[in-house]
Amino acid sequence: MAKIKTLADLKKMREDLQSKVDLREKADSPESYVQIKVGMATSGIASGAKDVMDFMIEALEKRNVEAVVTQTGDMGYCFAEPTIEVKKPGEDPIVFGYVNIQKADEIIEKYIKLGELVEGIIPVNYQVIDDK
Amino acid sequence: MTKYKTHLLVCGGTGCRASASDDIVENLKQELENKGLQDEVQVVMTGCFGFCEKGPIVKVSPDNTFYTQVKPEDVTEIIEEHIIKGRQVTRLLYKDPKKKETVADSKHMDFYKKQIRIALRNCGFIDPENLDEYIARDGYMALGKCLSEMSPKDVVDQIKESGLRGRGGGGFPTGLKWEIAAKNEADQKYVVCNADEGDPGAFMDRSILEGDPHAVLEAMAICAYSMGATKGLIYIRAEYPLAIKRLIIAIDQAREYGLLGKEILGTDFEFDIELRYGAGAFVCGEETSLIHSMEGLRGEPTIKPPYPAEKGYLGKPTNVNNVETYANIPIIINKGANWFNKIGTEKAKGTKVFALAGKINNVGLIEVPMGTTLREVIFEIGGGIKDGKKFKAVQTGGPSGGCLTEKHLDTPIDFDNLIAVGSMMGSGGMIVMDEDDCMVSMAKFYLEFTVEESCGKCSPCRIGNKRLHEVLEKITGGKGEMEDIQRLRNMSNVIKDTSLCGLGQTSPNPILSTLDNFYDEYLDHINDKKCHAGQCKDLMTYFVIEENCVGCTACARVCPVGAIAGEKKQSHFIDPSICIKCGACEERCKFDAIIVK
Repeated sequence: MAKIKTLADLKKMREDLQSKVDLREKADSPESYVQIKVGMATSGIASGAKDVMDFMIEALEKRNVEAVVTQTGDMGYCFAEPTIEVKKPGEDPIVFGYVNIQKADEIIEKYIKLGELVEGIIPVNYQVIDDK
Repeated sequence: MTKYKTHLLVCGGTGCRASASDDIVENLKQELENKGLQDEVQVVMTGCFGFCEKGPIVKVSPDNTFYTQVKPEDVTEIIEEHIIKGRQVTRLLYKDPKKKETVADSKHMDFYKKQIRIALRNCGFIDPENLDEYIARDGYMALGKCLSEMSPKDVVDQIKESGLRGRGGGGFPTGLKWEIAAKNEADQKYVVCNADEGDPGAFMDRSILEGDPHAVLEAMAICAYSMGATKGLIYIRAEYPLAIKRLIIAIDQAREYGLLGKEILGTDFEFDIELRYGAGAFVCGEETSLIHSMEGLRGEPTIKPPYPAEKGYLGKPTNVNNVETYANIPIIINKGANWFNKIGTEKAKGTKVFALAGKINNVGLIEVPMGTTLREVIFEIGGGIKDGKKFKAVQTGGPSGGCLTEKHLDTPIDFDNLIAVGSMMGSGGMIVMDEDDCMVSMAKFYLEFTVEESCGKCSPCRIGNKRLHEVLEKITGGKGEMEDIQRLRNMSNVIKDTSLCGLGQTSPNPILSTLDNFYDEYLDHINDKKCHAGQCKDLMTYFVIEENCVGCTACARVCPVGAIAGEKKQSHFIDPSICIKCGACEERCKFDAIIVK
């Protein structure tokens, strides 16, 4: 390993290394980031949820969107797999269905960045016990 | 560079390693490889999470799931269920003992809710054996800031303004200490880190060194810059092999990166650190003894002044700070004194790490702002007393401290408040006691410790503590007289006033504070020859209750000394002159026919 010769070098190194641990930092306060959950049950994976998840992680980072992408279990919308849930800070979560890579791209560009709704929203038809 | 989607943080503190967290890491890596996930999931062995009661801990990022008491054989389930299918393994989640609910992430656990982690900020977060992860968390930025933007005097002023006080026990203002060391001119000066943690039950320094060693190295370099030193020494006890190993790795990495050595970050500042091992003598936590021990002399204190800041290691100006004190420095420089001095109370700024031990539900390491009350620490963070028993006292400050009772529970914790109520902060050990603990025995335990650890140089400590211990032996042995109480008080005061160093000056504190708070318990031992907590064996007698005894002979058969006599199917009898009070008969009896009084 080469020596760090100046403070500027150290700062540069920090920038490069930060992405190694930012996943852990975001985990400590997920509510301040865009949280994306990808349904990764058998049906989701079979319809390509894994590729969508990989794409989202890479694309969000490249486009400088601070987000936490996690996988979750079956959301119950097997007819519309892959499904993802997007929760922007301070807003209610929205579930999108039939998300392929193209759709994922659209969600990032339109909904996450600009707040415009895109097609494919699945109305939430249940309550979770936390709400009660 | 591979971009991991999930991080598995496994606690690598001494406590969790003792429960096979090494194997957990191995199994995780193996299992990930079996499933072809090694490029997607990163396994990181971190420092201590603090929640030692429920260790080993495995934390999953980014979904922040907090698994407790994980066994190596649980690994397959975690990978298959959580990582592959995205379902939490419910049985490994933390269960809130009060609400009987499972809590999936640490943020919602009572144990973590009230904590603010400054000194422990990287413990349980980064891999302590990887300097890159420390740098990613602003590591060595504070040193960079000092070297490029601040004069040595600016650094001292920042620390002074922050209000940081020594975390090793005394609470001396750190900035002032640095200022004195900076003012003393010499051709060579030394920066020393006191890692000779000796209080029974305290392990915060070890955890910081194991979990975030670079924070201490960086702080020592900052201190060296402020006072004009080029050499640093860490005095660490040889009983801390893991902390030593991680320090050695950290020092090597820092040298490799050029963060220790000559021309650090392109400036003419040079600094390097060496380790010195202690053999585990308690007195070597006292700074003059520590310095003598490093010089190869006997670990004995000398009279201050001269203070180490004038004449320390090899007669040169030396600054000695404790591990936890150093761990606060980089973040103070990065975030500024005014950020730090807003946390805490008027006279005690920042946070303090406490090691919770004894009869408390959540044994572990916690960090709370100064001014948090004992009640919050013991009942909210600590989860209250084990087995629903009644709180009796909490011992703070180790052998130099005292015990605090119910009436002190709402005292905000800081240096001065604890001294005002007859105890002290010490290095932060907190031993919680319940109704089954005898306070006279507790005082005796600490005196036993000081007698053992007294270096013997001055007579008040060497002879006085021995005498105190003998009086306590007499009282717990059922031979106490009322005069003994006066004797304890007189001797204690003399020892406090005349001992050479902090060890003797504080060693009678456990006696004085129990006399103040539990005077009746001393009277019970002396006048009634009774120990209600049932700990002083000499004051107990085992009886057979005739009505309950069916004459099964089970007790007589289990008695190791043949003290129990009686015919079959007739009531038995214990001969008190033979009985050694081992309690085996009481345990064996199925009819509750044997009791202790």
